[in-house]
Amino acid sequence: MKSKIVLFILAFLVWSLLNWVPDWQHLVVGVFVSIFVAYMTGDLFIQRPYVLRHPLRYWYFITSYIPVFLWECFKANIDVAYRVIHPRLPINPGIVKVKTSLKADTALTFLANSITLTPGTLSVDIDREKGILYVHWIDVKVKDIESATKLIVERFENILKKIFE
Amino acid sequence: MSSVIGIVFIAVGLAFDLFGCIGLVRLPDVYNRLQAATKCVTLGTCSILFGTFLVVGFTSPGIKSLLCIIFLVLTSPVSAHAIARSAHRSGIKLWDGSVVDRYAEDKEGEI
Repeated sequence: MKSKIVLFILAFLVWSLLNWVPDWQHLVVGVFVSIFVAYMTGDLFIQRPYVLRHPLRYWYFITSYIPVFLWECFKANIDVAYRVIHPRLPINPGIVKVKTSLKADTALTFLANSITLTPGTLSVDIDREKGILYVHWIDVKVKDIESATKLIVERFENILKKIFE
Repeated sequence: MSSVIGIVFIAVGLAFDLFGCIGLVRLPDVYNRLQAATKCVTLGTCSILFGTFLVVGFTSPGIKSLLCIIFLVLTSPVSAHAIARSAHRSGIKLWDGSVVDRYAEDKEGEI
């Protein structure tokens, strides 16, 4: 039920932003559409609604996750652009295994997305029981699981643990 | 003033999109191409959309381009992940110069 209410609020917000500047006709239709969406798919949206209640999590999300993410994303673009326009194409690709200690769905999704948008790495598959991510790395520096974990995952894991666990 | 900054953002975004497209042509296999496609095209397109927002301000297209940034950042890595995983499971080999493939070692015999 809580998950449905959260989804209703979010859907209504997106509807109002899509219909900017909102007037009352748009808002009335938006209420009906949001109720329909929340009724049909609400149970799939959030597993643990109580996580949303802590203001500290939003604070960590805004102050520590977003700046790190934007900076890494920018570095990733410079890195790929350098590799692409270099005449000898300096790549050394491969798929490595990394470990993660995160358990929650949202945290794992954010971790995989962050890995994909950080320099040189692309998450390929995940093994939830063992907590293993398979990561395609465009420039493999180390092959064993421990040091690869240190290089790829650790930047984000501590931040995400504070936000989502 | 903000329209000048917006045009600078649009120019930077176009440059990154161009690098992403060059990467799609030059890099050897599907996984490396996905790297170029997701990274450069995500930030390039987000930059173009943000520049559009700066030029037009808080109007209807400006708000829509901000929403597009959020959805693009959320969905583009997911689709790249899905393409990479399905490519690997349907048996597409890595490029010959690849050094290691732990995924194939672990999924030996599994279809």
